[in-house]
Amino acid sequence: MRRRDSHHTPGAAEPEDAIGGAGSEIDLAKAEGETLEGREAPPRGLWADAWHDLRRRPIFIISALLIVFLVVISLWPSLIATRDPLDCRLARSLDGPTAGHWFGFDTQGCDVYTRTVYGARASVAVGVCATIGVALLGSLFGGLAGFFGGVWDALLSRITDIFFGIPLILGALVFLAMITVEGIWPVVAVITLLAWPQIARISRGAVLTAKQHDYVQAARALGASNTRMLLRHILPNAVAPVIVVATIALGTYIALEATLSFLAVGLKPPTVSWGVDISIASSGMQFRNAPHILLYPAGALSVTVLAFIMLGDAVRDALDPKLR
Amino acid sequence: MGRYVIRRLLQMIPVFIGTTFLIFVMVYALGDPVAALFGDRTPDPATAARLRAEFDLDKPLWQQYLLYMGKIFTGDFGTAFNGQPVIELMANAFPVSFRLMLIAIGFEIVIGITLGVVSGLRKGGGIDSTVLLLSLVVIAIPTFVTGVLAQFVFGVQLGWVSPAVSPAAPFGELLLPGLILALVSLAYVTRLTRTSVAENVRADYIRTAIAKGLPRSRITTRHLLRNSLIPVVTYLGVDIGALMAGALVTERIFNIPGVGYQLYQGVLRQNSPTVVGFVTILVLVFLLANLIVDLLYAVLDPRIRYA
Repeated sequence: MRRRDSHHTPGAAEPEDAIGGAGSEIDLAKAEGETLEGREAPPRGLWADAWHDLRRRPIFIISALLIVFLVVISLWPSLIATRDPLDCRLARSLDGPTAGHWFGFDTQGCDVYTRTVYGARASVAVGVCATIGVALLGSLFGGLAGFFGGVWDALLSRITDIFFGIPLILGALVFLAMITVEGIWPVVAVITLLAWPQIARISRGAVLTAKQHDYVQAARALGASNTRMLLRHILPNAVAPVIVVATIALGTYIALEATLSFLAVGLKPPTVSWGVDISIASSGMQFRNAPHILLYPAGALSVTVLAFIMLGDAVRDALDPKLR
Repeated sequence: MGRYVIRRLLQMIPVFIGTTFLIFVMVYALGDPVAALFGDRTPDPATAARLRAEFDLDKPLWQQYLLYMGKIFTGDFGTAFNGQPVIELMANAFPVSFRLMLIAIGFEIVIGITLGVVSGLRKGGGIDSTVLLLSLVVIAIPTFVTGVLAQFVFGVQLGWVSPAVSPAAPFGELLLPGLILALVSLAYVTRLTRTSVAENVRADYIRTAIAKGLPRSRITTRHLLRNSLIPVVTYLGVDIGALMAGALVTERIFNIPGVGYQLYQGVLRQNSPTVVGFVTILVLVFLLANLIVDLLYAVLDPRIRYA
């Protein structure tokens, strides 16, 4: 039988669940070790338990492998694409697939396969950097609001509401149209600046729940400092829901980058990115007689977004005992 | 209840001021509207100075903001740089976008909730797995890709609809754009309803209702649905913000002369009064939608009482 530490439950844990705090758990583990030694595996923590569960899920394995593959080709695209993504010859504009060029050529006569492979880098970089920024900023604001409460909570929550009130694409469009810097960094900065309230709200809730538990109260009674309580007791128990939402959000930020590039304010040529290529392919319906110039980058983009959403979904299911 | 509404409305004031000020700073501090007016040419200093004075752009930013807000409350949203009053642009654009959003929300409610209930009742079955997988695929494909493809397939190749919407934007022509706008949210509504229904279908009150011998349809609509829709209603409220922003993309693809279209033109041309005016209204709509959702809670769930 699988035992679960109730105080690790992400999200809402009922107060009565929290009675078995850290102390009783150790006693139980000891007792089990003495009497049931060799017959039952030792109790696992939240993450080990989730990992045990995840290893058996095909969806998790598929999406994790896909993500590893994407990260590898965005770091070393030349591993699977030997040509230059900027080697374009108008003579072969919109040509279909040939022996050496399986995906055909785009309007400028660039190799679509090479560009699709190289396009992963910009998308993954924007997704990962923006997610790190959002997660840090959001947990900082949400965590502090939840932990200190009172005036701090009121103030930080209102600031969160202010940024939450600006729809993401809208704010990003207004901001990016004003910024003249090129490249991925303005896109990353704008997503970070506008998307953190989502994480802040979640981490505030998680910290509020974690703060109620007996082991945190006990730590406070023992005279633990605020820093110690936050880092040692609350953070490990509040981080699970943030990681789940951040994984799913990573996928949506990649889609957002492509959308902004489509609106001509995100990445711009000569940066090689799926968003840029889709944008070029769809402007004036250039894909009309050459669907490959739209379908390959769009397919790569969708599969990437899907991989991150499925991974986040699988991790959430594994972390949530209610769904067992 | 009345007291709660008043408290919420009061709480909205600082948020409204903060959000609009943020947008104001973005547009007026980061960009230079007068330089944008001249396009690629260097503006004549005297003319530029006269324009700055005319649009109050020579004053400090906070003063500009206060002047602007003061005018808004008298219904004066300023003049776009082409001389047209912004309020006139709004009067043309908002009804169009409102129709588009109504269609999108209609699709979300009808298709999303139906699919969610059907798959939630048969959790783990064939229909459920198909719906779940389809919803993931729909979420993963960005709206602008589905939009461009749908426009090409249904508008150009099959010729079922006209690829671009006419300036009057009647309901019929907005059906396809509305569906495209709704797609991603529709998938979320489906998943949310499914989870919620699957959870509630095992609840004690459903067992009681079955034991009482109530007809199935009554159990589903009166007991199950009413309890399962609470998270869905919250989502729809927040989604209004996403739809307004998503309309930027949809309206651009289908050439719909709505809010998103005007905003996009305004942003690209740095037409500051247009951008700030439209965004201010959108923020207000978003805040009010969230308030209404919170009040709807009490209607749907009698356990929630607002003192």
